[in-house]
Amino acid sequence: MNPAGPVIRHAEHVMGTVFSFAVRSTGAGAEVGVAEALGPVVRRLHRIDEVFSTYRPQSDISRFGRGELALAQCDPAVAEVLERCREVAAETGGWFTERPGGRLDPSGWVKGWAVEEASEQLRAAGFVQHTVTGGGDVQTCGGPWRIGIADPLRPGAVLGVLAGHDLAVATSGTAERGAHIVDPHTGRPATGLLSLTLVGRRLALTDARATAAFAMGPDLGLAWAAGHPEVEALAVLPDGTRRRTPGFAFAPPPAGSADPAHLPSLALPGRS
Amino acid sequence: MRRAVVTSTATVAGVILLLSLKPHAGTATTAQVISTGGGAGATDSAGSGSGPSAGPASGAGAGSGGSRTVTGDAVDTRYGPVQVRLSLSGGRISRIDVLQYPAGSGHDRRINADALPTLNQEAIAAQSAQIDAVSGATYTSDGYTRSLQSALDRAGTR
Repeated sequence: MNPAGPVIRHAEHVMGTVFSFAVRSTGAGAEVGVAEALGPVVRRLHRIDEVFSTYRPQSDISRFGRGELALAQCDPAVAEVLERCREVAAETGGWFTERPGGRLDPSGWVKGWAVEEASEQLRAAGFVQHTVTGGGDVQTCGGPWRIGIADPLRPGAVLGVLAGHDLAVATSGTAERGAHIVDPHTGRPATGLLSLTLVGRRLALTDARATAAFAMGPDLGLAWAAGHPEVEALAVLPDGTRRRTPGFAFAPPPAGSADPAHLPSLALPGRS
Repeated sequence: MRRAVVTSTATVAGVILLLSLKPHAGTATTAQVISTGGGAGATDSAGSGSGPSAGPASGAGAGSGGSRTVTGDAVDTRYGPVQVRLSLSGGRISRIDVLQYPAGSGHDRRINADALPTLNQEAIAAQSAQIDAVSGATYTSDGYTRSLQSALDRAGTR
């Protein structure tokens, strides 16, 4: 069972969305300790937004995109993020791009990476039982934590719940923001899926891969996920049909007991 | 716009919601709770609302002795505040009323008509907000979960 202890929650509006934290802690003064740990974490998130927001004309990424800054003049994270984007583009056969629609926008990597960084910061501060969620993408540390998968056909409802330790869960879809994922090969919005959820270990890579697999569509996307043992996938097609990789252990929405001990636990290869 | 950059730990402490998730034992006998119409009551509450209202909804009196109501925090979401109220009977959740919810856009109305009742049924069934995080979630469902959890904490239910 879970180590008993209060779960302290915090929601932060940053990067145009909500980041939420659930941190399990024990002992007197836990909330003070968590608050102190969250201070630098949320400051870092706001800093990442300042550097990478494509909605801010003066962000490093905007100025670099316009040619006003050289890469060496940008925050060092810019070069690293662009390198990671190229790696995902290569491993997905070009189904991920840091230039969706032709304009420099590495958000497909940055948001998941920011969540993963926040989780790592909390872990380094000694809080080894937590979840961090950013715009619907989740990184868990410790566990078991129960992660609901939003139903794209019923806003606010969940398709089901998965449980496990040290999971990254990323859902790409049209429910919240419309058809916003561009097929890099055609430049048109990808419409073959309502949503695609990928489960992995680390959210930056998992989130970027989910964007790529969503663009691939149901057949290629699921085949691609099935070929990667460290990835599981659940897809919802426009007619509501659900398809998943064989290892996507998954429970229906909580009806009776939602005790994590009663949920199938997702087994992934160890954290690399 | 909102530049709520946190600049001190005191500020952080001020906005922390201290939630203590309940132990998960003792939720086995929930099927009968679903069938008592708690979900239907919640559906009525969400479906009949004509706008975001801070006033109490109907149905405050659950009737029998040992009943009481507990109101959760109003939680701000991107689409507006969400606030729920629990009715408890004999220590169990019998009904959840949505006191406030966003009702501006068509998107919000879909949430009102569909999402909140669904969440209500799930919450009544589970007797707690027993999902730790949601992937692909809407802002509103997050607000619902947080308001519900604050009400559960206040109620001291198991």
